[in-house]
Amino acid sequence: MNTIAAKQYQQKTHPRMRFPTSAWLLVLPLILVLGVLYAGPIASVLWLSVTDPSPGLGNYERLLTSDALQRVLWSTFRISALTTLFATLLGYLIAYTMLHASARHRHWIMAFVLVPFWVSVLVRAFAWLTLLRTEGVLNTALVSSGIITTPLDLVRNEIGVLIGMVHYMIPYAVLPLYANMQGIDRRILNASRSLGASPWTTFIRVFLPLSAPGVAAAALLVFVLALGFLVTPAILGGGRVVMIAEYVRVQIMQTVRWGVGTMMASVLLITVVFLLAAMSRVVDIRKLFGAK
Amino acid sequence: MLSNASGEHSYAISGPGAGRAHSLVFTSLSKTYGGLRAVDDISLRIPGGEFLTLLGPSGSGKTTLLMMIAGFVQPTGGEIYVDDRRITDLPPEHRNFGMVFQGYALFPHMTVAENVTYPLRVRGISRAEAETKVRSALALVRLGGFEDRYPRQLSGGQQQRVAIARALVFNPDILLFDEPLGALDRQLRAEVQVELKALHRRLGTTFIYVTHDQEEALSMSDRVVIFNRGRIVQAGGPGELYERPKTRFVAEFLGTSNCIKGQLVEKAPDSCRIQIGQRQIVHAGRPSASTGEILLAIRPENLALSPTEPVGSPNRVQGKVLQAAYHGPTSQVLVETEIGPVTVMCLAQRTLAELAPEKPVWISWSPEASVLLSE
Ligand SMILES: Nc1ncnc2c1ncn2[C@@H]1O[C@H](COP(=O)(O)OP(=O)(O)OP(=O)(O)O)[C@@H](O)[C@H]1O
Ligand SMILES: [Mg+2]
Repeated sequence: MNTIAAKQYQQKTHPRMRFPTSAWLLVLPLILVLGVLYAGPIASVLWLSVTDPSPGLGNYERLLTSDALQRVLWSTFRISALTTLFATLLGYLIAYTMLHASARHRHWIMAFVLVPFWVSVLVRAFAWLTLLRTEGVLNTALVSSGIITTPLDLVRNEIGVLIGMVHYMIPYAVLPLYANMQGIDRRILNASRSLGASPWTTFIRVFLPLSAPGVAAAALLVFVLALGFLVTPAILGGGRVVMIAEYVRVQIMQTVRWGVGTMMASVLLITVVFLLAAMSRVVDIRKLFGAK
Repeated sequence: MLSNASGEHSYAISGPGAGRAHSLVFTSLSKTYGGLRAVDDISLRIPGGEFLTLLGPSGSGKTTLLMMIAGFVQPTGGEIYVDDRRITDLPPEHRNFGMVFQGYALFPHMTVAENVTYPLRVRGISRAEAETKVRSALALVRLGGFEDRYPRQLSGGQQQRVAIARALVFNPDILLFDEPLGALDRQLRAEVQVELKALHRRLGTTFIYVTHDQEEALSMSDRVVIFNRGRIVQAGGPGELYERPKTRFVAEFLGTSNCIKGQLVEKAPDSCRIQIGQRQIVHAGRPSASTGEILLAIRPENLALSPTEPVGSPNRVQGKVLQAAYHGPTSQVLVETEIGPVTVMCLAQRTLAELAPEKPVWISWSPEASVLLSE
């Protein structure tokens, strides 16, 4: 019985789907469009980063020597990590609440989560600016009600950038988390209770581990998106917080140093590819984002 | 297979006498969902140590009742007691009932050993003691050596054993099963049925078992409660329910029955005559009413089939074979008779020519073979 079971339950291999030639013909136009609009520009960015102004890895060397570049990389990483932390945490709370809410409440929460999706990132950034700046709605209310005497510095710094980015990212955290949590079998949680575990123990020992793939998906998605943020840090950071995307923009549009700009863009691209590759070793990324 | 035949283990799991078996009582227990009465005013006493099966068609409220016992569903009316202790509002984790869920509900992120240790861990039982208990629980379900596997690396039958081990490792007061064998194939199911029955004998714990498989209910239980639309239709031992069904629903739900309507014509002290069409038949029983319509049930295996008229038999009707189905040891023969279509079960040795369609046959039965139904 032992050996039979072992044979029967050896790692199941997923059969690769065979793609007939006719199917390739059908997707050919798409491949062409992608090639021209996507792969081409990326290749030229990578090319420029090792050829402009002179061929070689000179641009990449700057990563080791330039303080300014290192500061940009560090603040990009720090802000993205903090954004990931807060957005995933808040997203977890929202998804968990949705899971336990009545159907009607769930729809309302989902609507509030999704509405910002349809509001332009620019509009959202300016809305936060209006709310948070020194003479803004929040500070005015706090000062006039006497809770504080001097206005809080909530924008044109990292706090402002974080608030804006976390807000932007919450839907991206909620959706994979909620999808994952919905897939957790209620009977498994009931089993835990019937075996003598309190609701809290059940959450810690059973629900939390089972929702870990959702957390990983949400965190990865948020982090990857956060790395490339441009508008929100530019507006809410007030020029004092420079992340990679903003730096690249300045290099290319203002100082016209294509080599450095494309090098930083390439660094971003390579980082994201590596992150996804590393994650895919740990979890099935396609399953993580609900593919197939 | 669940029991250890050699008896070489000293069990840390309590056997008979180690702990008292606990009784369970419901009084007027109800659960309504909107306007739907999923469980409708049920009162029942389950003595300690009984193997009780809740049997009923899909949607009859079995799971709802079991979930109220386990504490996951709050009753809308009535009370639940364990040994005179009221537990109606007690949360599931304080009830100390072991439960085997439909689909097993094993923790997928824990190994077999971790799954079975879980109830001991949350009870704060020391590591050494827990290890002994887990080992003997796994030995009891014959899963020694599988400790480090994850549930997904086990077959359905093995997962089911893990679920059983996990449900009994903490010496629960009562064990609850919700269609635990539903996902197993026929042969494995029969095997595990025998094992569960043996386990019940060995542990002496009260078992409450939900199924919609009547064979399972009949072969395993001390007592079967038949459910329909949230209500108890009839409760009793398997033999009693099969041989003395009270209603048409029970007669037809448990096995097959031929239900025959007739008019009462004559009542004797211990038998009566019933008119069915042109025929009169004798039933060895006394209906409470003295006239009117009578409903009788006769099991297919209590009917005799013969090619010529069985002159000695008091109850005999003529008919012709409609169709015969071969079932291995027996054959099921549908016969069109003067009192309507009748199913007869006979031993399969009979030549198929004898059971060929359109063949004229006689059916007979003894007055004791029929059962009076109330409705
Ligand atoms: N949470 C719920 N909300 C509304 N109706 C419910 C709920 N749970 C069960 N019901 C209804 O209660 C009735 C009894 O359901 P229950 O699950 O107890 O049936 P069952 O006897 O276990 O059936 P099965 O054999 O199919 O498992 C059904 O009509 C079902 O639709
Ligand atoms: Mg059910």
